[in-house]
Amino acid sequence: MSNITNQSLSEILESIKSKKISSLELTQAYIKNIENAKKLNTFVTTTFDQALENAKKFDNKPNNEQLLSGVPLAVKDLFCTENVKTTAGSNILNNFVPSYESTVTKNLWNNGAFLLGKLNCDEFAMGSSNETSFFGNVINPIGDHLVPGGSSGGSSSALAADLTPATIGTDTGGSIRQPASFTGTVGLKPTYGLCSRWGIVAFASSLDQAGPMTKTVNDCSIMLEAMSGFDEKDSTSINKKKETYSKNLKDNIKGLKIGIPKEYRVDNMPKEIDELWEKGKKILKDLGAQLIDISLPHTKYALPTYYIVAPAEASSNLARYDGVRYGYRSQKGKDLIEMYENTRSEGFGDEVKRRILIGTYVLSSGYYDAYYLKAQKVRQLIKKDFDDSFTKVDAILTPSTPSSAFKIGEKTNDPVSMYLNDIFTVPVNLAGLPALSLPAGLDKQGYPLGLQLIGKALDEQKILNIGYAFEKNCGYKNEIKKWWS
Amino acid sequence: MSLDKEKIKHVAKLARISVDEAKVDSLTKDLNSIFKFIEQLNELNTDKVEPLTSILNQSLRSRKDEISDGKIREKILKNSPKKNEEFFVVPKVVE
Repeated sequence: MSNITNQSLSEILESIKSKKISSLELTQAYIKNIENAKKLNTFVTTTFDQALENAKKFDNKPNNEQLLSGVPLAVKDLFCTENVKTTAGSNILNNFVPSYESTVTKNLWNNGAFLLGKLNCDEFAMGSSNETSFFGNVINPIGDHLVPGGSSGGSSSALAADLTPATIGTDTGGSIRQPASFTGTVGLKPTYGLCSRWGIVAFASSLDQAGPMTKTVNDCSIMLEAMSGFDEKDSTSINKKKETYSKNLKDNIKGLKIGIPKEYRVDNMPKEIDELWEKGKKILKDLGAQLIDISLPHTKYALPTYYIVAPAEASSNLARYDGVRYGYRSQKGKDLIEMYENTRSEGFGDEVKRRILIGTYVLSSGYYDAYYLKAQKVRQLIKKDFDDSFTKVDAILTPSTPSSAFKIGEKTNDPVSMYLNDIFTVPVNLAGLPALSLPAGLDKQGYPLGLQLIGKALDEQKILNIGYAFEKNCGYKNEIKKWWS
Repeated sequence: MSLDKEKIKHVAKLARISVDEAKVDSLTKDLNSIFKFIEQLNELNTDKVEPLTSILNQSLRSRKDEISDGKIREKILKNSPKKNEEFFVVPKVVE
């Protein structure tokens, strides 16, 4: 069973069910991999003792009726975990140990999984390369000089390096889909409101959404089924019947209408991305789908809108870090105000401070109409573009990112060039829609590239089905040499 | 528009973040390039557009006005950097 860890989650679940492997053996195999992969810097905290205990408990009394029976999972360190340190990649939460469990992780544990550790991420999920983490940058298993994407970079790297059978991330502007694309894995941002935000360290509350990151589309459907569902504790949680995505997964997509938006062909986009898109269109067409040219005219305004809305919400959300109730507190300062100012200055990193300042400015007296109100209006136009298109098509196909994984340090001195990496992912968050990033090919350097399927609100099943059919016919295989161990 | 150093110091004051004098120049440069990017939105006429205030087609639920939680003082105080029995402790505010 030496190769158990490079199998998919569904294969692993099968092995557990048929007793080919015990939960303890499986957990030990992942622990060994993690200990050999310290160079990748994917974990902020490991919970090995607790995981081994849980594995033994499962083996003594196996319950194979659950979706995630006996499986250890590492999760992004943005999900609060009871009695396990939760940092959000920030110095300001470096000593924070929640006394509660996030709803999404609780759902995973209620389905038979248990915690393996907490994965590195950009500080407060603000970044596209995992370079803003207080705990150092994460390395992409694809190459030792490459970023794993962000903000869920620890998650994508750990998954691709076989350090966890599946994982979860959060996506505010592309933080699941872009790292999935950079590591040749599958990532889904669900419809806003499908997965509870309760117990997730908040970044931008009208955009944040948790979702699965997996090796296959089938795994993605299993994880989504386990983690989603109505939660009273999240006021924006959608109250609807729970769906069985994995059971309903079908690869017949004949007759489905796939929209191809002309605005996603941007200036200076590498030819390879265009070719990949063409390849994706051909695969879907050969499977009997109908390609339809559509227009999403306000696409180019999505990023500027996002960089008003997200920092504005972040500046409000991050006001809670005051050095009084939890988290880091500076010892400097002669009075309360100076204590606040020093705590926040020492506790937050540069990118987080930049975004708090942008947010504070656009919400400040005299500027609100010019920035925040304007952004809310443009957000309406962006949503309307999608609403109009979805009267004509079932789903939309686009590239996931405008490039493959870039070099560590390549974009750190130019915030706007870093932001441009999310050009294809951000519109979906502004419109609250679900979108799936699928590995679809390699560029000439051998780095993975992804395609994105965007669905109507709550139409996750359809994009999973299209992705499932696509995956079977794409022939993509993620073969990563384990150079780090 | 452009942001000058004084404006940035004022915003930092509002956000309760002390800014290192040595970093003000690079911060000014970064924020100005970001705002230049953001201000592309001015190309669009949005006079007749309603602002989007919620992405969901549902209004916020209200729950019954009943106590559903509480008596967790210890848990709440547990992560405090400085506490005194049942209180958070802050630097002196009243002489």
